[in-house]
Parts: sequence; structure tokens; C-alpha cells
Amino acid sequence: MALPDTVSVPRRGPSDARSAAWLMGPAYLWLIITVLLPLAAMFYFSFLSDVPIAGRNWYTTFSNYEAFFQQEFYRTLMWRSLRLGAEVALWCFVIGFPCAYVLAKTIKGRWREALFLLVIIPFWSNALIRIFSWTMVLRGNGILERFLAWLIPGFGSLDLMFTYPAVVIGLVHSYLPYMILTCYISLQTIDDSLVDAARSLGASRLTVLRKVILPLAMPGIVAGAVLIFVPVIGSFMEPRILGGREGTFLGTVIEDQFTAVFNWPLGAALSFLLLACVLIIFAVFQPILRRAS
Amino acid sequence: MKATPTLLVVGRLYLALVLAFLYLPIVVMATMSFNTSQFYQLPIDWTFDWYVQLSSNQRLLAATRNSILVAMATTLIATVLGTAASIALFRYEFRFKKLFQAALFPPIAIPWLITGTAMLLFFFWSGIGRGLHAMVLGHVALALPYVIIVVSARLRGFDADLEAAARSLGATPWQVVRYVTLPYMAPGIIAGALFAFAVSFDQFVISYFLSVPGISTLPVEIYSAIRQGFTPEINAISTLVIAFSITLLVIVSRFYRFGDSR
Repeated sequence: MALPDTVSVPRRGPSDARSAAWLMGPAYLWLIITVLLPLAAMFYFSFLSDVPIAGRNWYTTFSNYEAFFQQEFYRTLMWRSLRLGAEVALWCFVIGFPCAYVLAKTIKGRWREALFLLVIIPFWSNALIRIFSWTMVLRGNGILERFLAWLIPGFGSLDLMFTYPAVVIGLVHSYLPYMILTCYISLQTIDDSLVDAARSLGASRLTVLRKVILPLAMPGIVAGAVLIFVPVIGSFMEPRILGGREGTFLGTVIEDQFTAVFNWPLGAALSFLLLACVLIIFAVFQPILRRAS
Repeated sequence: MKATPTLLVVGRLYLALVLAFLYLPIVVMATMSFNTSQFYQLPIDWTFDWYVQLSSNQRLLAATRNSILVAMATTLIATVLGTAASIALFRYEFRFKKLFQAALFPPIAIPWLITGTAMLLFFFWSGIGRGLHAMVLGHVALALPYVIIVVSARLRGFDADLEAAARSLGATPWQVVRYVTLPYMAPGIIAGALFAFAVSFDQFVISYFLSVPGISTLPVEIYSAIRQGFTPEINAISTLVIAFSITLLVIVSRFYRFGDSR
């Protein structure tokens, strides 16, 4: 995703700032009310013992954060979520990079445009519905098992539904287009003559891939991985639908605090720890991400 | 690097395989929405029954109406505010401009679970409450960055001399915007508006946390139907929603060239 990098005419006067403020004010005011203030409120809530409304007895405390650091349960959850994010990002790379390469380097013209659109269509269609559609494929005696039984007579049952792999499959399906997109964009910028030069100097195809193409495509790969990792560690709907009882992650536990258990302060603290992870990841990869955009 | 013909074929087959992976579940769902058996009995016994039943499912119809209302309100607000902000970011130099541009990222970059729960907590606590108006508040925040990015991308190719020419020919500032700037921006604004509509119409997480029993949008209603025990009408409505989204995206692609580094 590129920053709206604007090239503007250097005209600067006192009225400029005022006009800009009038034009931008409403949009940014909206973002303050709907994003900044809620996040600030959530930060405040994470230090409370109960929801601060009339009739409730509440005081400030660190106990919500202490719960996370003292109880094995929450740390295991955080670890599970991080692992899920890494695994999904890795699979998306393994599947998506070759796909982006074929698209960027071997297909030209209108076909490329059409295929590119085909890749992003699922990405812009409803995420929930796409996850739901996997239940029909993965469930016992579902489409996948029937297909395998038809292919290999006597093929037993896979029992994929409500397992960890089912969650991974659903998430890879959801986020694969991100990886294809970012890799495609960075592969497109690679000058083919570099590759030809390496080949003519005697490098094998594998060496060219390892020493020329992968390093040059790295910004796109990292951008894709970050864009996938971040939403995956905060996912709750996908593990719920495809993971069943196996689908307990940090995201689902946070959702529970807000919709089932009504322990909002604990939910707020867990959300903030998740946000901290996200910010650390963005900070670490910021230089590469900036190059990618 | 010239690929050998074999490699070329392998590459294309692989691409076809990935596309099959991307579309398989959607195709399965669409097919099953026309199947008489709700237990995926094969071969398919074609029927329109689920679509007929859908038309009398009051809950899903009400949710569809809510989804469209929220998406239309979101589109209107996000497009107007986003276009205005893009013009300011394009035309003026001011302090902390980079910071303002960076501030567009949190709504897209932070997991929706976090933004959604934060909105729930703040709207509840501050008295804004939950419901359709709260969803519009939230959806606009998500759609604004997209509108600004798309409209700004269009503006980047704008030649400011055109405005100067119009001014020197005696146009008032309003006339310059009305007859020069806006017509140039139109494709960007339309693409931005369609993006905003899609963002809102498909949004599940934020709506889920801001819905109240009895007032929800289509994705929220579909989610609760899946969790409570699925009804085959869900296949039918899901197929319609996907078909609608695809149509919308194909229209967007007429105005906004994806993967094009212009």
C-alpha cells in the first residue's frame, strides 16, 4: 500500500494552512473520534478492575496485565497466535511467490491484466463467506473427502474440519492474494537484463533465483508477510468457524471477554498486548516496508 | 531469462492451480446453493428453493436492508471527507504533513479486532451507543484511508498549471474547482466511492462488535446463522453477496487500474 505521496506546488502562505485545515479537518476529526479516542479509552480501561459505570465498584489496578504475565494460559495463547501468523505467512509465500513470478515475468498484456484481476477478486469479496465456504469443502464426507475417495478408491477419512490445519487452510486462502500482490509489484520492478547478465555469466537458474531475484524481491515478500501476519494474529472469526474447539487463540479469547464473559478490562489489556506485538513488528520492518511502498 | 517451453507450461499450470484453490470454495458454495439436498448430496438435484425461501426470510432481508443503508451512508460521508482531505494533501504545504499522511494507516493496519473492541468500549461508555449509526461511524473510519489513497493516486497526475490557466482566464476559485479540478478527479472519486461501499458492505468484525440484538448487518447475521446451526438459505444469500462484490470490483477496475504503478 502506497502512501498518498503527493507532489504539490510549493506555494506557502498563512491562508494555505487555514484552507488545508478546513479541507482536512472533518476527515481527521472523524478519525480522532472513531479510532484515536477509542484506543485511548481502551488503554484506560485496561488498568481498571471493572467497567466504570454507575453502580459498579471499580478502581485502578495492574491486575489485568499481571494476569497475562503470571498465567501460563495467556502466554501459551499469545505464542499460539504468533505461530499461526508465522505459519500462514510462510505458506502464503511458498504458494504465492511462484505464482507472482509467473504472472509478472512470463505473461504479458491483456492476459496479465485479466489474471491479475482474477487474483484480487476473491480478496475483495466477503472474508466471512469465503471462510464459511471452506466448511463445505473440509467437513467429514465433504467435497474434498469425496473427491479423494473418487480419485483413490478406499481413501479413508481426513477429519480436517475443526482442526488446526483447517484454520491454516482457511487463513492462507484468505490472505494469499496479499502476498501475490506485493511480490508481483516488486518482481515487476526487476530489470530483466540483470537476470540475463547473471545467466550469461554462467549462473544456473537456481543461483539466479537465490542471488538475484529473491534479494531484489525481498521488500515485496516482507511487505506481504507483515500484511498477512498482523491480521492473522488478530483473527477470531476464522478460528471459530473452522477450528471449533481447536480454534482457541488470543483473538478468540479477546472476543470472549467482550461478547460472552463481559470482562472488558481484561479484554482491553489483552487487546493492548496484541497491539504492542503489531507495533513492534511494524517498527522492526519499517525500513523494508518503506522501500516496498 | 528466457524460460524453456516446458517451464513456461509448468508455470501456467501452476497459476491455474492457484486460481483453482482461490475459487474452488466459492464455486462449491454457489453450486450447493442450487442443490435440493442440504447435506451436499451428489449428483446435484438442481433447485431454486433456497432462493425462494430466502425471499421470505425476514431476518436476512432486514439485515440486507441495514447493510445497504450503512454502506450508502458510509460511501457518501467517506467520499466527501476523503476527497476534501486529498485535495488539501495535494495542494498545500504545511507542517507535519508526513504525520497526517501516516495517520491514515492505523485504521487499515491495526487488526479490526482491536479497533472493533475499542469502538465498542468507547461508544458504549461515551453514550454514543451501538447500532447502525455506530457502524457508520466505524465504517467511515475504515473507508476514509482507501478513498484518500485512491483519490490521491489520481491527483498525482494532475497538472496544477490547468488551474492557473483557468484562474488567469478569470475563473473564480469555485469555478476552478467545479470545472477543472473535479472533472479531472472524477474517475478517482468514483473508484474511491466504490471502494468505500465495498469496504462497508463486506465489513464483518466492526459491525459484529457494534451490533445490538435485532439490529445487525448481513455478515453479522450470516455469522450467527453459521454458529447457531446453518440453514441452506445462507448458501443462497452468500452466493448473491459474492456475485454482487465481484460485479462491484469489475466496475471499480474500469476506473482504477490495479497493479499499475502510475
